[in-house]
Amino acid sequence: MFDATATRAGPTRRTFLKAGAAVGGAFLLGFHLPSAMAANAETTVFAPNAFIRIDRQGKVTLIMPQVEMGQGIYTTVAMILAEELDAAFDQVVLEAAPPNDALYANPTFRIQVTGNSNSVRAFWLPLRKAGAAARALLVEASARIWQVDPATCRTDSGEVFHDASGRKASYAALVEHTAGLTAPADPPLKSTANFKLIGQSLKRLDTPDKVNGKVIYGIDAMPPGVTFATLAACPVFGGKVGHVDDSKAKSLPGVRQIVVLDDLVAVVGDHMWAARQGLEALKITWVEGPNAAVSSDDVWKQLRAASEKEGVTARSVGDATGALSKGELIEAAYELPFLAHATMEPMNCTVHLTADSCEIWVGSQVLSRAQAVAAKITGLPLEKITVHNLLIGGGFGRRLEVDHIDKAVRIAQQVAAPVKVVWTREEDIRHDVYRPVYRDRLSATLSGGRIVGWKHRITGSSIIARWLPPAFQKGIDIDAIDSAADIPYDIPNLSVDYVRDEPPAMPTGFWRGVGPNNNVFAIESFMDELARKAGKDPVAFRRDMLGKAPRLQAVLDLAAAKAGWGNPLPPRMGRGIALQTSFGSYIATVAEAEVDEAGEIRVRRIVSAVDTGIVVNPDTVVAQVQGGLIFGLTAALYGEITIDRGRVQQSNFHDYRMLRIDQTPAIEVHLIKSGEAPGGIGETGTTAAPPALGNAIFAATGVRLRRLPIDRSLLAGRKVG
Amino acid sequence: MTLSSNGMLIRTGILAVIVIVVVAFFWFVVGPGPLDFAGGKTVAIAAYSGANPTGVPVEFAKDDLVTRGRYLTQAADCQACHTTEGGLPFAGGRAFKTPFGTLYSPNITPDRETGIGTWTDADLLQAIHQGISRDGTRLYPAFPYAAYTYLADADVLAIKAYLFSLPAVHNAPPANSLAFPYNQRWLMAIWSFLYNPDQRFQPNAERSPEWNRGAYLAEALGHCGDCHTPRNRLQALDNHRKFAGTVVQGWRAYNITGDQDTGVGAWNNAELTSYLSTGHATGRGTASGPMAEAVDLSLAHLSATDHAAIVAYLRSVPAIPSPDLPAPKAEPAPAAPKLGTPAGIDSRGQKLFAGACAGCHDWTGVSPLSPLATLTGGRAVNDPSAANVAQIILLGALRQTIQGVSIMPAFGSAYSDVEIAALANYVVARFGAKPSAITAEEIAELRRMQ
Amino acid sequence: MINLRINGDMRAVDVPGDMPLLWVLRDILGLTGTKFGCGIAQCGACTVHLDGIPVRSCLLPVGTIGERAITTIEGIAETPNGAKIQKAWLDLEVIQCGYCQSGQIMSATALLNVTPNPDDADIDAAMAGNICRCGTYVRIREAIKQAAKSV
Repeated sequence: MFDATATRAGPTRRTFLKAGAAVGGAFLLGFHLPSAMAANAETTVFAPNAFIRIDRQGKVTLIMPQVEMGQGIYTTVAMILAEELDAAFDQVVLEAAPPNDALYANPTFRIQVTGNSNSVRAFWLPLRKAGAAARALLVEASARIWQVDPATCRTDSGEVFHDASGRKASYAALVEHTAGLTAPADPPLKSTANFKLIGQSLKRLDTPDKVNGKVIYGIDAMPPGVTFATLAACPVFGGKVGHVDDSKAKSLPGVRQIVVLDDLVAVVGDHMWAARQGLEALKITWVEGPNAAVSSDDVWKQLRAASEKEGVTARSVGDATGALSKGELIEAAYELPFLAHATMEPMNCTVHLTADSCEIWVGSQVLSRAQAVAAKITGLPLEKITVHNLLIGGGFGRRLEVDHIDKAVRIAQQVAAPVKVVWTREEDIRHDVYRPVYRDRLSATLSGGRIVGWKHRITGSSIIARWLPPAFQKGIDIDAIDSAADIPYDIPNLSVDYVRDEPPAMPTGFWRGVGPNNNVFAIESFMDELARKAGKDPVAFRRDMLGKAPRLQAVLDLAAAKAGWGNPLPPRMGRGIALQTSFGSYIATVAEAEVDEAGEIRVRRIVSAVDTGIVVNPDTVVAQVQGGLIFGLTAALYGEITIDRGRVQQSNFHDYRMLRIDQTPAIEVHLIKSGEAPGGIGETGTTAAPPALGNAIFAATGVRLRRLPIDRSLLAGRKVG
Repeated sequence: MTLSSNGMLIRTGILAVIVIVVVAFFWFVVGPGPLDFAGGKTVAIAAYSGANPTGVPVEFAKDDLVTRGRYLTQAADCQACHTTEGGLPFAGGRAFKTPFGTLYSPNITPDRETGIGTWTDADLLQAIHQGISRDGTRLYPAFPYAAYTYLADADVLAIKAYLFSLPAVHNAPPANSLAFPYNQRWLMAIWSFLYNPDQRFQPNAERSPEWNRGAYLAEALGHCGDCHTPRNRLQALDNHRKFAGTVVQGWRAYNITGDQDTGVGAWNNAELTSYLSTGHATGRGTASGPMAEAVDLSLAHLSATDHAAIVAYLRSVPAIPSPDLPAPKAEPAPAAPKLGTPAGIDSRGQKLFAGACAGCHDWTGVSPLSPLATLTGGRAVNDPSAANVAQIILLGALRQTIQGVSIMPAFGSAYSDVEIAALANYVVARFGAKPSAITAEEIAELRRMQ
Repeated sequence: MINLRINGDMRAVDVPGDMPLLWVLRDILGLTGTKFGCGIAQCGACTVHLDGIPVRSCLLPVGTIGERAITTIEGIAETPNGAKIQKAWLDLEVIQCGYCQSGQIMSATALLNVTPNPDDADIDAAMAGNICRCGTYVRIREAIKQAAKSV
């Protein structure tokens, strides 16, 4: 049930998810017993590990280590746990995990993090084992009662059966008998052939409350007595507050307090409208600091200069230098702009700070970091910081940062009441951590219609070095080279190097598709250029070099067939192909686009063939690819953040455009059946769309696009014949 | 016939030719003055039987000099031209892109180095009345001294007192970038000789005090004609077509004569007053661009009596039709997106409207959110040049009016010329009386003027 | 005091007349289903109905609403088309993060109110003002068509 101490509803008290699970909260710790149950006849709850809790009424509570931000992970995690537990899926109740790295760290990153499309990859085995171990204990308990061999029992939908004797027991009835049992360290897992849930497009558990307004996102938190604030940070990154004239703002009705901190000003009011009016009425003089003169030109000059330097070698095969010195050297450079995340839910965080406690309501992809940043600012011990991790209205990497929590806690230190800090969309766009600018220099030589020499230099910011310093080793950012160092094509001589270059002024961060976004765009665009040079069809050219990547070859064939590759198209229309092996998934994507004489682009159709290994929930996988493709199309067609005088020039959806429904192409996603380990899927569509579209535009117009977003003026007036 | 009579005839003939040439010169090249349409006899202020039309309204007459100066500074709308976007008021630097090059307005704060801090009363009077700067150089008529010349000395000095009460801002605007021969300032002496009457306002004895006040506000202070009256080849106002509307910096200043269909003849007094005081009149549209600025910085600050005076004066201006403009369409467009747009319109326009515009302006053109956002009946959407519609899409509008904040985002930076042209044409076709055909090239030209 | 009819109930609020309805719903009345997305009527997340017509509440001054009936996402299930749309949304699993979906559902319901059998052009015109960052557009289109077919 809803835990009143953990989440206080506002004027309208309502529940979270279907049956009303608590939204985080430290109380869970009380239930966690690492492996052995206490020998206590009073046992009322069976909690064999941190992910599963079954009470004597039969309620099966599954604890979600990963956060739900639209990717369907709650349902997917629940399916994996319930599969091995053999629970009745329609009766499970979900609960968000509290901050606790010891229990819920992502096995890949060693901290609680939802990102890099790796939830299923990272938790696939741990969750199955957790479910299987719990089931083994329940079987053991019933076998003891019935005095039969556990191996003669079976489970189904929340019950244990002993078919020989016709006996059965519900999990609820077995709870009290689990006391004293020790969970097996390595419980047997189901064979994939016996999966009942995994592989089915089960209905999502988070969506019913999303059609009626009941779901609570971070921005919806309404603790009693909450006040509302909005803020302005210095428009120039790194700048400080100089002087604030609040005489007019203070006099506005509903404005309660003006909070002036070193780097930001916030207005606290009775409601967001008052706070916003107050903020607009402030006259703030900023001390703009060293970035006050930085413009996009400076950024590009620096990046281009850096890309001329030798990088740190990320991968070397054969003799790239030698191979590149023979025959015609084909070279090209590709550039990607800064991008904002523009999650539909603007950044926000609600904080209630008292002398000895801090309660936070937020949507975060890094829960333990959310807690830690509050502890650091307040000086309170971790156990005094309660974080309610609410559903997320769009993450895309933005909520892998805790700057919104940092700011809200610092504001809360000045405010006597609980305060909900909501950023305006303008603040959200102008104070993001941006997908970095990248420049990729590629060169290759061809022989016999194949690539024989390949050099790829990636130049860009290292997000890893800031975000996960231990992973930044020997000058290599493992994210920045992802999908480049492990290029899937069979190339005998290749060299991939990385130049770290931090752009002036602009903070950089992970953005849906991360490193592969850049690399897949550059590589797949260049592959098309090389195919043209080789005089080969882009699909055939690629296919001939996939001898060592049969899964990729299979999706290529499927996508080409489904898209009607090679079928004639009317003038001004073209098809483009892009392949990728990012995030542990194999994807081929064909885009079909039309370019009119004015240079305006219409994306007509996209076909993706996907091999992501074992699929837990096919419909969710399809949805993620569909959505990811649209996210990528938005970036390719419109996305660019620019700066002038140290300030981000975009501010809202009128100047930072999003693809809308009328521009959305028909999208087909074809899944390949596979028994391989599950791959990641959330970001794959995003990396696939831009190169596929760029190649389609090339096919339609003969214009090669080496920068994003697509410059229509390069396409305008282009005669095609 | 005698020699002498012959000579007389010749001399008379020559005289007649000279007279004709001079009359023609004044008629065609110099043209009538801004108030000549009114006819009647003008008299010195002291000789006028009604209230003094200069100065501040009577209810403010007892205010101190600086306060009165502020009112007059607002009425003369000094701030609009002497302030950059986001810059400090009166610190200058606003660019005026003309076909001859770019002019930058000077700093008129009392800064002694970069402003007018060292100027004497006589210096300012000379600049305002004669267009001659303190150092003797000639000012360009982008500075409307041919209108300000009508200002009473006392009013100029009140404005000076107000400006000198403001904080000095150290700001040196960029130098003008005019090409030869336009960079020859002395040429402006000829221009001034022709077009600056260099005379103070004289009331019209046959008109009411309200009319005379309105004339002073509209001609001397507000310099309405500088935007609304077409110019001749020498860039002087062509008062043959007084207030008949023209294009200024890519914006169309509409016909404000009494013409029923294409002027403001069909507007009632309440509508005119509302438009002047708020930038909006129900069913008539919302000011945008330079007019919105004129309302927000100047007209909105005037007293009700002054609004009434301007309306009374406008009513007396002879009707001149604008042949290219249709009578505005008063009825809303159909609520259904599929209805109400003529065939043959670029379908991109409708798609863009659906995504970015319909939420505020509605498919009917009558905004459910704010009367300021209602398109129906407005002049911009009824202008088949689509110039102002395109400008508003490009530049947007952020206005703080007494009716609330009005936000129109600027779509220029993220939407292409092709898209903006398609959208502007769609809007005019759907909500106006006559379709437009603005092109992407024309949108590009509008961008260059910014 | 301003009286509002919201989802069939009369609510009195003591707020300035120029305060947008969005913040009255969310911050005063706790009806947080209606979302803040952009504040300039560019994204549609704040869409509510006034007498069945979709309106962006982020720019709608509460003092101008008068007698008109306000319907929010919390009350849309009570309308026949709203219930149909919600069902189709779940049947086709339209939703991802869901933040924009209150607005999407309100716009889609309003579409069916005036156009019971919308074609693609009708859907484009009615839905293009609603941004979805997760990219659920393909399914939104399908779900509207399915809802229109349902009885």
